[in-house]
Amino acid sequence: MSEPSPEQVGAEQAARLLKAWETPTGWRYWSAVNNSAVGVWYTASSFFFFLFAGVLALMMRTQLAVPDNDLLSADLYNQAFTVHGSVMMFLFAIPIFEAIAVLLLPQMLGARDLPFPRLSAFGFWCFMLGGIFLCGSIFFDAAPRGGWFMYPPLTSKYQPGIGADMWLLGFSFIEVAAIAAAVELIVGTLKCRPPGMRINLVPLYAWYTLVAAAMVLFAFPPLIAGSMLLEVERAFGWPFFDPAGGGDPLLWQHLFWLFGHPEVYIIFLPSVALVAMMVPTFARRPVVGYDWIVLSAIGTGFLSFGLWVHHMYTTGLPGVSLGLFSAASTAVAIPTGVQLFCFLATILMGRVTRSTPMLFMFGSLAIFVLGGLTGVMVAMAPFDFQAHDSFFVVAHFHYTLFGGAVFPIIAGFYYYYPLVGNKMLSERLGRLAFWLMFIGFNVAFLPMHLTGLRGMPRRVFTYPAAAGLGGLNLVSTIGAFILAAGVAVIVWDLVRPRSREPLAPRNPWDAGTLEWVQEMPGKPWGIRSIPQIDSRYPLWDQPDFLRNIDEGRFYLPDAEEGLRETLVTSVVDARPLFCQRLPGPSFVTPLAALTTGGFFILGTFKLWSLALASLVAALLVFVFWLWTGTARVPEKQEKDVGCGLTLPLYASGSSSIGWWGVFITMLADFTAYVCLVFGYFFFWTVHADFPPAPVQGPGVLWPGLAALLLVGAWSATWLARRWNRRDRGRACHLGLLGGAGLAALGGAALVAGPLATGLDPTSHAYPAIVWLLVIWTAAHVGIGAIMHLYCSARRLAGHMTPRHDADLGNVVLYWHFTVLTALLTVAVIAGFPLLA
Amino acid sequence: MTDESRPPRENLWLLTAAPFIWLAHLLLSYITGAVWCAKIAGRGGSLGAARAAIAVYTLLALAGLALVGWRAMRRRRPVEPGPAREYDAPGDRDRFLGRTTLLLTGLSALAVVYAALVALFIRSCR
Repeated sequence: MSEPSPEQVGAEQAARLLKAWETPTGWRYWSAVNNSAVGVWYTASSFFFFLFAGVLALMMRTQLAVPDNDLLSADLYNQAFTVHGSVMMFLFAIPIFEAIAVLLLPQMLGARDLPFPRLSAFGFWCFMLGGIFLCGSIFFDAAPRGGWFMYPPLTSKYQPGIGADMWLLGFSFIEVAAIAAAVELIVGTLKCRPPGMRINLVPLYAWYTLVAAAMVLFAFPPLIAGSMLLEVERAFGWPFFDPAGGGDPLLWQHLFWLFGHPEVYIIFLPSVALVAMMVPTFARRPVVGYDWIVLSAIGTGFLSFGLWVHHMYTTGLPGVSLGLFSAASTAVAIPTGVQLFCFLATILMGRVTRSTPMLFMFGSLAIFVLGGLTGVMVAMAPFDFQAHDSFFVVAHFHYTLFGGAVFPIIAGFYYYYPLVGNKMLSERLGRLAFWLMFIGFNVAFLPMHLTGLRGMPRRVFTYPAAAGLGGLNLVSTIGAFILAAGVAVIVWDLVRPRSREPLAPRNPWDAGTLEWVQEMPGKPWGIRSIPQIDSRYPLWDQPDFLRNIDEGRFYLPDAEEGLRETLVTSVVDARPLFCQRLPGPSFVTPLAALTTGGFFILGTFKLWSLALASLVAALLVFVFWLWTGTARVPEKQEKDVGCGLTLPLYASGSSSIGWWGVFITMLADFTAYVCLVFGYFFFWTVHADFPPAPVQGPGVLWPGLAALLLVGAWSATWLARRWNRRDRGRACHLGLLGGAGLAALGGAALVAGPLATGLDPTSHAYPAIVWLLVIWTAAHVGIGAIMHLYCSARRLAGHMTPRHDADLGNVVLYWHFTVLTALLTVAVIAGFPLLA
Repeated sequence: MTDESRPPRENLWLLTAAPFIWLAHLLLSYITGAVWCAKIAGRGGSLGAARAAIAVYTLLALAGLALVGWRAMRRRRPVEPGPAREYDAPGDRDRFLGRTTLLLTGLSALAVVYAALVALFIRSCR
C-alpha cells in the first residue's frame, strides 16, 4: 500500500470542506446563514431601498421645481419626505454598513464566517420584513408623515392614523436587527481574527467596524426607549410628552438626538473604512499614519456622543448647555479631519494608479470636505439660529452623507464587486456614472445653501413665486435628475448580463489585504486554510502566502467531522484559543424574524392580543433555536487544527463567544434602561414639585421586598452554577428552580408597588414613568426566570454537564445585569421620592 | 515571551480611558449646568457655583488625562533597531497601543479645554 500523495490528501480535504460549507440549493437556498449569502442579500436589499427612497426624492424635487406646483398634495409630500429620510437612514445607510461588514469582514479576517451566522441571518430577515412593511405603507396612503425625527406633539396628538405607529414599531423592529448585527461584528472583530493578527495588524476596516458597531450599541437604545415611550403615549395615553399631563416634548428630542447624532457617524465611519482599504491598494504602499487613523476612528466615535444638543439649539436651553455642545461639535472636526489627511498623505507618498474606485474616492473627499465646513458653520449656535430648519441644513447634511457615505460605498462597489460577482464592473460605465453623479450632485445641492439662506424652510411642499426661489429650485431639480442618471448607470452596470465576460483575475487590483485571497470564482468556505499573519498587508509582505493557503498548510484545512468550524483567538494578540463549531443552514431564522415581526406589525394595527400571541410564538421559536443550535456538547474534547496545534472544542464563561454576545447585548439593553431612568430625572428637572403633590407611591415596602427577593434569585443563579461545576446535580436544580421561584415573586412584588398605591399611568408623567420602569424590570426578571427553567431542562436532558456549562455561564451574566437593573429601579422609584 | 503573558485586556481598556474622561467631563458639566439653571438659579439667574463646579471637573479631568498619558508614554518604548518594524513583535503591539492612547489623550484634553472655555465665558443661565 502506498501512502496517498499530498495532492490527493489536499483534494480530499478540500472536498470535505466544500461539503461542510455547501450553500443549500433550490428553495432551501433561503435557509442559508453563511455570510457570503446573507451578506449579498443584505447589500442588495439595502441598495434597493436606496433606489426606492431616491425615487421619492425625485418626486419631491419635481414638486419643488416651480413655484405653486400641485403635482404632489401637501399630505403626500409629507409622507414622501418622511419616508425618504427614514428609509435612507434606517433601511439604507445603517443596514448597508452592516451588510458590507457581514459580507467582507470574515474575508478580511481570514475567518470562515462570523461567530453567530444565524444571528446575521435573523437580522437580515427582520430588516427585510420591517423594510417592506414600511416602504409598502406609502402605497396605501398610510405612511408616517411626521418627518424622520418624528417630533411630538405633532406625532403624538395631531396624527391619528397608523403612520406614526408604523414608524415607531417598524423601526424599533429594525433597530433590533441592527443591534444583532453590532453584536456579531464586535465579537467577530475581537475574537475571530487569524492567529498572529495582533491588534496593531488589524485591517483598518475592522477598526472602523468595531467602533461603529460599538456606537450602535449605545446609540440605538435611546431611540428604542424613546420610541417605546411615544408609542405607549399614542396607544395607551400615558402622557410622557404631553405638558398637560406633566410630560415634556423636549424629552423626545433628547432621546432622539442622543441616537440621531451618533447615527451620522455610524454611517460615516464604515464608509470611510472602505476608503482606508482602497487608498493603500491604489497608492501601492501601506497606509500612512495607521495609529492616527485609529485615533480618529475612536476619537470620532466618542466625540459624536457629545453633539446631540446641537440639533436643539433653538429649543431655548440655557446658553451654557449650547456652549458645551458647540465646543464638542467643533472638536469633532479634528479627528474627522485627521484621517482625511492620512489618506491624502498616503496618496501623495505613493504611485497612484487610475481607476473608477479612486475617482469616486476623490469625489467623496471633495464633497465631504464641503459638508464638513458647513458643519462647523452650523455648529456655531448663532449661525444655526439663522440656518435652522432651512434648506441650508438640507444642503449641509446631503454634502456630508453623499461625500461621507454614498460616494465611498459606490467606490466600494466598484472595488469589491469581483469578490461577489467574480467579474469586474465596467471602467467606462463607472467613469460615466461618476461624472454624472458628481456634477448632478453639486448642481442639485450647492444652490440649496443659497435657497436656505434666502429663507426657504425645509419640509414645505411648495412656495410662492413672489419668494424669488424658483430659479434656484429649478436648478436643484435639474441636478437631481442628472444625479439620478448617474445612479441609473451604476444600476445597469450591476445588473447587465455579463455571461460572456471572462472571470476577474484573482486579486485583480493587486491589493495587500487578506480578503483578496479569494479564488475566482469564490468558494463558500471563504478561505481554504486560516493563515498565520505577521503583517498588515500579508499578500504583499508574506512570502508564498497564497500557495500556503491554497495547499491547506495553515489552520483548519479540513472538515473531518463534516462540521463548519472557525478559530477563536485572543483579543489583543490573536493567540488561538479554541475551535468554534458554527451552525449550518436553517429556516429557524426567518421563522424567528416572522414571529418577532408579527408582534410589531400587529401592534401597529392595535391588535394587541394577536401581537402578544405572536410574541409568545417568537419566544418558543427562540427556545427551539437555542436548544437545537447552541452550546452543543462536542463528541470529543479537543481536535488537531493543523500546524501542529490542538485546541479545545468547547468553551464556557468569559472565554466563550456566546458569553461575549450576551455581554454586548446586555450593554445595549442596559443603555436603553438608563435612558428610561434619564426620563425619570428629566421630569424631576421640569417640575417644581416631584413626585407631584397628591400622588403617593409606589412606597418603600413593596419595592424593598422586591429588591430582597431579586437579590435572592440572583444569588441562587450564581450558586446553581457553582453547584453544577461541582457536579451536585440536585443542588443545581434546586438553585435554578428556586431562582425562578424567587424571580417570579420578586417580579410580582415589584408590580405590586405601584398597583397597591393606586398609581394611574394615564394621569401624569410621574406614575407613567414609574410604571414603565417597573414593567421594564419585571419583564427582564420574567425572561430571567425562563432562563432558569431552560438551564434546568438542559441539565436534565444532558446538554449541560459540570464541564459544559456555557448556558449557565451566560444566564449568570444575564442575571448580573438584571439584578443591577432591579436594584437601580428600586433605588429610583422608592428611594428618590424620599430625597426629593 | 514575557510580553505575551502580560494581561492583554488592560491594554484595550486603556485605549478608551481618555475619551471616557472627556465624556464624563462633558456630561457632568452639562448636567450640573442644566440642573443648576432648572432647579436653583432659574432662567436668567447667575451660573455662580455651577461654574466653580465645572472648573473643578476640568482640573480633575485634566489630572486623569495626565495620568493616562503618562502610562501611555511608559508603554511606548524606543523602537528596536533592525528591519522588524510594523511586524509581529509584542513590542510593536505595545508601541501601537501606547502611541494611540497618547494621541487620544491629547485629543480628549483639547476637547475638555474647549468645554471648560464655555464656563469661563458664560456667566448666566440665559
